[in-house]
Amino acid sequence: MPHSPAPAIQTTPVPGTLLDTRFHVETPEGIDLVMRPAGLLVRALAFAIDLAIRGLILGVGFFLLSLLGQLGMGLGAIMFFLVNWWYMVLFEVLNQGRSPGKQYMGLRVVHDDGTPIGWAASLTRNLLRFVDVLPFAYAFGILSCLYSGTFKRLGDLAAGSLVVYRDTALQRPPLVAAEPLRAPFPLSLNEQRALMGFSERQAELSAARRQELAAILAEPLQVPADQAEHQLNRIASGLRGPV
Amino acid sequence: MKQSLFETRHQADWQRFTSLLDALERGKADRQASQTFAGEYRRLCHHLALAQERGYSSHLIDQLQLLAMRGHQQFYRHRSHLGAQIIAFVLGGFARLVREEWRTVLLATLMFFGSLILMGVLVYVFPDLIYSVMAPDQVSDMERMYDPEARRIGRSERDAGDDWMMFGYYIMNNIGISFQTFASGLLFGLGSLFFLLFNGLTIGAVAGHLTQVGYTETFWSFVIGHGAFELTGIVFSGAAGLKMGWALLAPGRFTRAEALRLAAGRAVQLVAGVILFLLIAAFIEAYWSSMTFTTPLVKYIVGAGLWTFVLSYFVFAGRGAHAPD
Repeated sequence: MPHSPAPAIQTTPVPGTLLDTRFHVETPEGIDLVMRPAGLLVRALAFAIDLAIRGLILGVGFFLLSLLGQLGMGLGAIMFFLVNWWYMVLFEVLNQGRSPGKQYMGLRVVHDDGTPIGWAASLTRNLLRFVDVLPFAYAFGILSCLYSGTFKRLGDLAAGSLVVYRDTALQRPPLVAAEPLRAPFPLSLNEQRALMGFSERQAELSAARRQELAAILAEPLQVPADQAEHQLNRIASGLRGPV
Repeated sequence: MKQSLFETRHQADWQRFTSLLDALERGKADRQASQTFAGEYRRLCHHLALAQERGYSSHLIDQLQLLAMRGHQQFYRHRSHLGAQIIAFVLGGFARLVREEWRTVLLATLMFFGSLILMGVLVYVFPDLIYSVMAPDQVSDMERMYDPEARRIGRSERDAGDDWMMFGYYIMNNIGISFQTFASGLLFGLGSLFFLLFNGLTIGAVAGHLTQVGYTETFWSFVIGHGAFELTGIVFSGAAGLKMGWALLAPGRFTRAEALRLAAGRAVQLVAGVILFLLIAAFIEAYWSSMTFTTPLVKYIVGAGLWTFVLSYFVFAGRGAHAPD
């Protein structure tokens, strides 16, 4: 076997971690920002929307300018240049990383380190779009996007930029009122989180599924299987508030 | 500390921070209220770290994470003093950058001007060679454009509207070409090489042919002025593309992706300079080069002046001990 350096991206999941596409960035404040890179399909849709908008602008613009004769043709050429090369750059830098298409699809462009995109990176990624389009129908861009762990096209690789989902405000989940109870045995951090997650996500699960999940823990909790769910809720409530 | 106590104790902080974020994101933040932003952002990060460490529920953590993300976006948003940056770049930054990147700039210069001069001489000596580069009707179009009989160059009768049309056309065409020359450098530099050689050969062939058929005065007096900015602009966009390609071929101690990212960061600054140069070139080409009421001698003098200006800019500008900032 030839020696190969450690791969930068973990291809096999480490035991205990989940397989997910979330992208972690450590900030100077000592916390991890979590971003969710956007995949090929949603980006393609956003691009299609932008393409349609640009087509509309050019169509209307050329029609109006054609009334102006030679001057209009000159202005039309400048307008074509601006819309063709600068539409994305201007929107991304001046509108917090969102072109209209991205805004509609709930996306945003950021630097690799999570900071808002600037002029240089935005210009780079949008000029290099010329190569992503090659040899036909965005083939290079699509291949690069599918190959890269964070769905980057070539322009994103060179610019050090990332297209991520914009996070939307969270709704507080309804909690089941249950008499707080101290857990019968010490819980690890992950077990604590799992228990609280179970009680917070009640509304997303069917009654049968809740019962089934809770029954797995009936034995260590030393309760009959049909009471396990209530018991779990009580323990979660005990973890959250006073006992 | 239990989660419910933690939440009730800090809820007010988080709400205040949220409303501050709302104001900042809309760009309507009060100056006075924003002074505490850095402190509040740090406190929120602290709370998030605590919440994760103490195993609080994922809902609380997600909520704090969202706030931290929004805070991060506002705290680290780029303050672009765009005007000041552009002035510093024009006054010396661009010249310094070109001198620092002299290797790729030299290579691109040799490629472009080498092929241009070679082709020009060849076409001058062997006139038929022009037809291996251009189609016959293109050649006759070109001859008509520079025919000394025509009163104004480019079109027979031009008014202000014509100048506008050509200005727009030059911007769209030339800057578009330079963008392509730059971007295709990502293909291991091959694209940039192609565009440099292709443009060099074409322009060389045109120059050689028109000189050979005797349209010397109309052609050279037309191109010398804006050529100073246009030809150097094409060379620099090629150099920017070659820089990216070279980073991919020989990344040195970096990974290829990292080398590409670093090279592209500098290359795009070159491109910014190219945009500026080509805007100037388009302006000169549309409004000065096409004028016919000046004598060719004036055109040559002004053209020589522009070339001297461009060359001395890249040799001398930005060499002060400390650039004004």
